[in-house]
Amino acid sequence: MQRKNKPKLAVWKFASCDGCQLSLLDCEDELLAVAGAIDIAYFPEATRAVMKGPYDLSLVEGSITTQHDAERIHQVRRNSKLLVTIGSCATVGGIQALRNFKDVKNLTALVYANPKYIETLSKSTPIADHVFVDFELRGCPINKAQLVEIISAYLNGRKPNVPKYSVCMECKRRGTPCVMVTQGTPCMGPVTQAGCGALCPAYQRGCYGCFGPAETPNPRALSEQWKALGKTPQEILRAYRSFNAYADAFRKEGDAHEG
Amino acid sequence: MTQSKKNKPPKLYVLERRDFQELLTALSADGYQLIGPTLREGAVTYAEITAVEDLPIGYTDDQEKGTYRLHQAREPRLFGCGPGPHSWKKYLFPARMRLWQAQRSNGGFTVQADAHTPDKLALIGVRACELQAIAIQDRVFTGGAYVDPAYQAQRENTFIVAVNCGRANKTCFCTSMHTGPKAVSGYDLALTEVYTPEQHYFLIESGSPSGDEVLHALPTRPAAVDEVEAGEAIIAATSAQMERSLETKGLKDLLYASYDHQRWDAVAARCLACGNCTMVCPTCFCTTVEDVTDLSGDTAERWRKWDSCFTMEFSYIVGGSIRSTAKARYRQWLTHKLATWVDQFGTMGCVGCGRCITWCPVGIDITEEVREIQTTSVAPTAAVTERKRKRENT
Ligand code: SF4
Ligand code: SF4
Ligand code: SF4
Ligand code: SF4
Repeated sequence: MQRKNKPKLAVWKFASCDGCQLSLLDCEDELLAVAGAIDIAYFPEATRAVMKGPYDLSLVEGSITTQHDAERIHQVRRNSKLLVTIGSCATVGGIQALRNFKDVKNLTALVYANPKYIETLSKSTPIADHVFVDFELRGCPINKAQLVEIISAYLNGRKPNVPKYSVCMECKRRGTPCVMVTQGTPCMGPVTQAGCGALCPAYQRGCYGCFGPAETPNPRALSEQWKALGKTPQEILRAYRSFNAYADAFRKEGDAHEG
Repeated sequence: MTQSKKNKPPKLYVLERRDFQELLTALSADGYQLIGPTLREGAVTYAEITAVEDLPIGYTDDQEKGTYRLHQAREPRLFGCGPGPHSWKKYLFPARMRLWQAQRSNGGFTVQADAHTPDKLALIGVRACELQAIAIQDRVFTGGAYVDPAYQAQRENTFIVAVNCGRANKTCFCTSMHTGPKAVSGYDLALTEVYTPEQHYFLIESGSPSGDEVLHALPTRPAAVDEVEAGEAIIAATSAQMERSLETKGLKDLLYASYDHQRWDAVAARCLACGNCTMVCPTCFCTTVEDVTDLSGDTAERWRKWDSCFTMEFSYIVGGSIRSTAKARYRQWLTHKLATWVDQFGTMGCVGCGRCITWCPVGIDITEEVREIQTTSVAPTAAVTERKRKRENT
């Protein structure tokens, strides 16, 4: 269907690695259709052309780590009809949220030769801590099929098919034998939201938890089993302190194994 | 296609191990695609096979709650492994299936249902419990007023070679569920594998006209009395080896009366609500549908996918999920398997294959949970008394 006024899409970057935005560029097969259906109005990673706001759909990548960004996100919100956050940084604070568990001043002193030039907030926080978010797309990085699904659902005025159940559901639908059961390999799948298609178990590795906590996760029960498989509290702590460390359920489970 | 001969005594023949390939060749020649147990990713999974060498020859498995390990055995049996992570339902009732697609054109749209042309499949190595699981799914998908056409078409094009179990896994409890270890109905051919250092052969019997046809084309001879007895002894030994059990007497009523049993809290503390138990179960039949569109909105499709009563969406009704806790979901699962299923379909929904025990990542055991409920007092909790009081007062 040809639309007269194509909706305007903007892609915004905050503290992040760009991997999620690149997922959009990586949609080679779908990109032409995406470009046909919407005007890419602001996407510095892809094009220098800039169309003025307001934007119909804003995709926001990255977390808030500076005062400047904490203000900028409000402008983005004001200029966007629909705001969708993409990736672990934007949805839970990302890997850089590991600083949230330490004193950031000590960390800057360790990393930078002249830490006095570093202006940063003490915590890396998700976008939803600052402004209203219409939809959160999880993953580190996001799954490009889910990204296309979000855009397609938006364009067609329907609910996106982005399930919140565990990775195990995808793992079983594809027929992968469970690695916890066949090899005693610890897997984050049972507490992690589906979305990747159970990629790691398909290569006989445990899930790393890239998509963050599933609906109603029970990490305490999973940790008990990991202990039975010989994992130390240190190893369990490290599994939870990763891309989604600051997500509630993962943060609490990590805390329980600290010290 | 399958039908049992209840009244006539079954005729047993002997197929030598060295002639086993002939069976596969005959089925292939009849146009069947062969599906059987194969080694993959540290487990025995069902997949396409073409030759006897594709089977997990000489392998055996150890199963316990939450663990599964393959071993090389001393005896080169073809069917030395028990049920694995897959069940045959993936061929009869696929995990993902498109139901229809719709096309927009000139202000209207046209809908086209998918045709679902069945494959001609021969399932090799179906266990007695699995036959009963298929019979249960037959009732679910074809027994009522609304028949699932894709399932029915696939069933009509499926040839079943059953294998009587020569060994019980530690997680098996088919004797409790009266589903095994011997195949009694629902097969086209049934085999018993007999191995001694001197001999390796299969006792083979037919259970249907199509089974008769294949059997007659094979190089067999009628089984001698001692061979028949050897087969019976194997099945008796398997029954005797069964370690797990589940008492079904009075269970339906007990479960209906145990809605508030304290055991549900204990199991919910351990349960991940991951859904593995339902996905590996050969009888679980629940699905969800997903509607998708392309970016232009000109094409829409409806897909059916395996679902589980352990997801939140499963019980989502206007405004929220009615089973939001793991406790409610585990209770739903167990109660459906062993109680409500009886009212729904006339049998229990469990055949005792043990998959949910082995493949639960934290090793929750249905037989243990049932036993706890059976042996611990159903002292009404404060909540029940309170609810009763409220009910009586209204
Ligand atoms: S391998 Fe991981 S994701 Fe797959 S079923 Fe096992 S625990 Fe779940
Ligand atoms: S009983 Fe086990 S397999 Fe089933 S949902 Fe709970 S943890 Fe997962
Ligand atoms: S146990 Fe759950 S998934 Fe299985 S058939 Fe019953 S409701 Fe469906
Ligand atoms: S409930 Fe468990 S033991 Fe019973 S048929 Fe299903 S997977 Fe097998």
